[in-house]
This record gives sequence, C-alpha cells and structure tokens, in this order.
Amino acid sequence: MSDITTIARQFIQALPHSRALGMQLEAIGEGTATISMPYDARLVGDPATGVLHGGAVSALMDTACGASVMSHPQAGFSTATLDLRIDYMRPATPGQTIRTRAECHHVTRSVAFVRAVATDDDESRPVAMATGAFTVERKG
Amino acid sequence: MKPPEPVHVIKQRREGLLRTLVDGVPYIQFLGVQFDRRGDELTAVLPFRDDLIGNPRLPALHGGATAAFLEIAAMIELAWSTLWDGVEADGALPEGPLRLPKTIDFTIDYLRAGLPRDAYARARVNRSGRRYASVHVEAWQDNRARLFAQATGHFLMPPVKPE
Repeated sequence: MSDITTIARQFIQALPHSRALGMQLEAIGEGTATISMPYDARLVGDPATGVLHGGAVSALMDTACGASVMSHPQAGFSTATLDLRIDYMRPATPGQTIRTRAECHHVTRSVAFVRAVATDDDESRPVAMATGAFTVERKG
Repeated sequence: MKPPEPVHVIKQRREGLLRTLVDGVPYIQFLGVQFDRRGDELTAVLPFRDDLIGNPRLPALHGGATAAFLEIAAMIELAWSTLWDGVEADGALPEGPLRLPKTIDFTIDYLRAGLPRDAYARARVNRSGRRYASVHVEAWQDNRARLFAQATGHFLMPPVKPE
C-alpha cells in the first residue's frame, strides 16, 4: 500500500462524524474508496419499517466520495464538497450493512468529479447513487 | 360569533403535531436536531457537538452532517405544511400513524465550510402535489444572509387513504 493510501485510511478513520456513524473503510485505491456502515437502530428514519434515514446514507456517500478524491494521485490530500446529488432508488433493507463504492473519475486543476453507488446485501439493486464535485487544492 | 380559542389550546395542538412528526424519528434524535416554531414557521436547529466534525484539522462540520440536517429540515417542513390545514380545521391530530414523505433525490450545494457552532435551516415548499413535492432549504450559522449550504429535494408524498 502506498503512503498516500495509508495516510488517507488513517485520516478517514479519524473523522469524528464518520466514527459516530460507525463507518469502516474497506478499500481505498487510486481514486476509488469503499466504505461500509453497519445497520444501527439509532440511524432509522421510519420507525414503522426500521428503514435507515436518507440523511445517514447521504453522510456515507459524502465520506466515500471525499475519500476517493483524497486517494486520487492528481487531486492532492485536502478536499471539500462543492456539490453532491443523491438519488434514492429504494429503501435499504433493515438490518443490513450499507456499502458505498465511490470513484473519482475525472480531475482538473481545480475540480474533482465523483460518482458513487450504495448497496445493501443485494448488490444487483442499488439503494442510492450520487454524483458530486469536490475542490482540488492547488499544489506548490 | 364563536369566542377565540384559548392560546394554550392552540399551542398544545401545534406543539403536538410538531412533536408527533419529530420525536418518533430515531435519526433526528441521534443528530440532535431541534425545531423552533413561531406560528407555522419552523426553524431547524443543529446544536454543535464535537462528533459533527468532519475534518478535525480545520475544524469544519462534516458535509454528511450538513446534508442530513438539510434533509431533515426539508422533510419535516413538507410534512408539517401538508398537515397544518387539516389539524387547524379539525382541532386534532389525524388518526393513525403519521407517514413522512420519502426522499426521491436531494442535491446539496456547499457554499462555505460549516463552522464548529450551531447551525440553522429553514425550508420552503415550492411545489406540493398529490404525489410529488419539491422543497428548497437554506442553512446558515451567524448571519441569516450568509448561507453556508442550500439544497433542493424531491419527495414522494405518503399515499392518501381512499375515501
């Protein structure tokens, strides 16, 4: 594992809000990141069904997208979200871990473009998808 | 002419509706979001806590915490404004469990870093139909005119029971 991914892993696991939500970094590579969030009754949005709140899924999306930018060789280590759109395709199945795979697919001198997919145990049917733009720090 | 309703009856009814919408949602309690009510105007409040921080080096609010806060503010405003007229007319909460709208999509525009202090949000329902609704929400910290984030979301309305 290269130095940048080691640093990125330590950094992401130290983010207080991501820790509060129980997020775990599963994989990080050059411009990609996979982060999981175990089911937790405190994160439920609809008590009648036990389905997780969209906001918790949004937080997971934002973290995974930011992590993919940090791990991109051209993007540099520090980033912030400019814009993030999340489509909720179906309710996440109660009791199952949510896993988000984010890919930083294009980087300019100023902007990193990211897309992400969130799934539960049924990986053939995404729970949510996101597209976002993130800041790129100028080097030098 | 009917005498005006006593103020405590009005307040109890409106607080009752707000509590019914907010208190039953575990994630709203987890984030610690509160609602300040003035008549029918709601302001969502996110009291600062250390575990809302994203980047500890800045430090700044986590973008995900901001996104969740805005989504909660938008969804509660939508449910609140949809139920308001009926509850005011009937003088009572609707029977049966209240169903919240479902988020279809949500787009967050991060305008500046969220500072480590309380945040506020107000939402506006721009379109509310029988099935779909569009809601805009703005969030600020120190100055109402200096937004740190805004968002637009589309929501699926809960089905209305057949007559």
